[in-house]
Amino acid sequence: MTIDPKKCVACGNCVAVCPMGAIHIDPNTKRATVNQDECVECYTCFRGMSAEHLNPTMVRTIRKIGSWLRWRFDPEPDVCPTAAITEQELVWPRVVRRAFSDPVVPHESTGVHGRGTEEVKTNDVTNRVGPDEAGFTVEFGRPTIGVRFWQIQEMTTALARMGIEFEKRNPVTSLMADARTGEIRTDILNEKILSAIVEFKTALTNAPAILRRIREVAKTLDTVVAVGVAARCDEEGENRLEETLINEGFFFNRGKTNLGLGRASLEIVQARATVG
Amino acid sequence: MTNTLHRYGNERNLSNDFIVFAIPCRGRNDKDSVPKLKRFLRTATKYTPVNLGDASHGGAYRPSKDLNPTAHWLRKSEPDFETVIEGVTTPTTVAAVFDNIRAVEEFVAELQKEDLGLSINISALIDRARECCDEVGIARHSVEYSLGFMGQTDRLADRQVLELSTMCGHGMISFNFARKMIDWVKEGRRTPEQACNYFSRFCSCGIFNPSRAKEILEEARRRNS
Repeated sequence: MTIDPKKCVACGNCVAVCPMGAIHIDPNTKRATVNQDECVECYTCFRGMSAEHLNPTMVRTIRKIGSWLRWRFDPEPDVCPTAAITEQELVWPRVVRRAFSDPVVPHESTGVHGRGTEEVKTNDVTNRVGPDEAGFTVEFGRPTIGVRFWQIQEMTTALARMGIEFEKRNPVTSLMADARTGEIRTDILNEKILSAIVEFKTALTNAPAILRRIREVAKTLDTVVAVGVAARCDEEGENRLEETLINEGFFFNRGKTNLGLGRASLEIVQARATVG
Repeated sequence: MTNTLHRYGNERNLSNDFIVFAIPCRGRNDKDSVPKLKRFLRTATKYTPVNLGDASHGGAYRPSKDLNPTAHWLRKSEPDFETVIEGVTTPTTVAAVFDNIRAVEEFVAELQKEDLGLSINISALIDRARECCDEVGIARHSVEYSLGFMGQTDRLADRQVLELSTMCGHGMISFNFARKMIDWVKEGRRTPEQACNYFSRFCSCGIFNPSRAKEILEEARRRNS
């Protein structure tokens, strides 16, 4: 993202809204400036802020007079008064920043908006996580800290050494040079993104060892890691994962509950029956 | 929708925070899912949701790219549910946000009757979602548990900032903006309702809960976290 210096009036509204804190008012030019190395191309400033199309010279003059008189301004905090925030053309490898940071852009590898797959949200249709399995979503950089791919690689290589097979349709897996070792393409390792999710599933009995390893590796990374673990319930709506998590000392109170109301369309069921 | 999973908060202020969402499964039931997604949203409006959203096109509060200066005094502050419903044109995830469990129970009961065939999930406190399932007579199919944050948690913000910021799990509400709005509310420069409208416009899939945010801001006005 860039900010057009001809239009910017240094109101500072965009400074606070940037999740990465990548925007500041340059004391020399008196214009908002984006630190391109820290910007993750999330488009929060461009899309989230409303815009007016006021004359920049007029706004600067009013601001200068107001500032000299020590007037306190009280503008709308989510508006760019001169529509100065400008998209830039993104080329490889910078384009991966937007793919992982802007939720409105569907990821090419999944077709799903966001950073992961449908996970357990469609488990009633896919049966992706079975009765004796645990599905993991390990998310890096969230909330609003950000992460570079080399930090994610620290975790994926550690998990690969435990024999983890990463979800093939996940965007991070699609960027691995070798999914068996968890190594990520070298040309994107230093790219910074808002967050990314690594997905995999294991036997339920392996979940404690994996959780311990995730916790150990997370401590060594200069970012935050948010972990979700999913389980299939029995006919009574119960599962054995809860007890495992409690035994491992995890506190949890929030989650996503799949109600089991989904099903494959009749057309798909018939097609599968024919193939079968 | 892992973006709804890791909301930060205590049991008290999360107890009335519910996101019910419908998601088609790619290649299994996404074809012809658009009318069903619209029906989900239309049904939700009967139960007074506090927000609606479509992951592809936005929520019920949206920024405007063509404001005029009168917006500083006459800005639209009501959610626009109709735009969300009409805007669903492709298979996507749609969500309805509620601030009371009775509404969720009645909504889910109606969804069960409607039998859309799409996957329906409730993102909330696990016990509250369970309560809702029991009331409606549904046995949970699968559950994903949030284990919270690990790693360098000292880089995170304070409690109230985190509670506000994590209501957009995609990270579109920055710590700095949440902190700024808390300060503005405390200084009397904006009301909690006005601050909630600003936040809601940044959440691009409409899962922000302005009702819960208002409670957090009112608490922040009274005391430090």
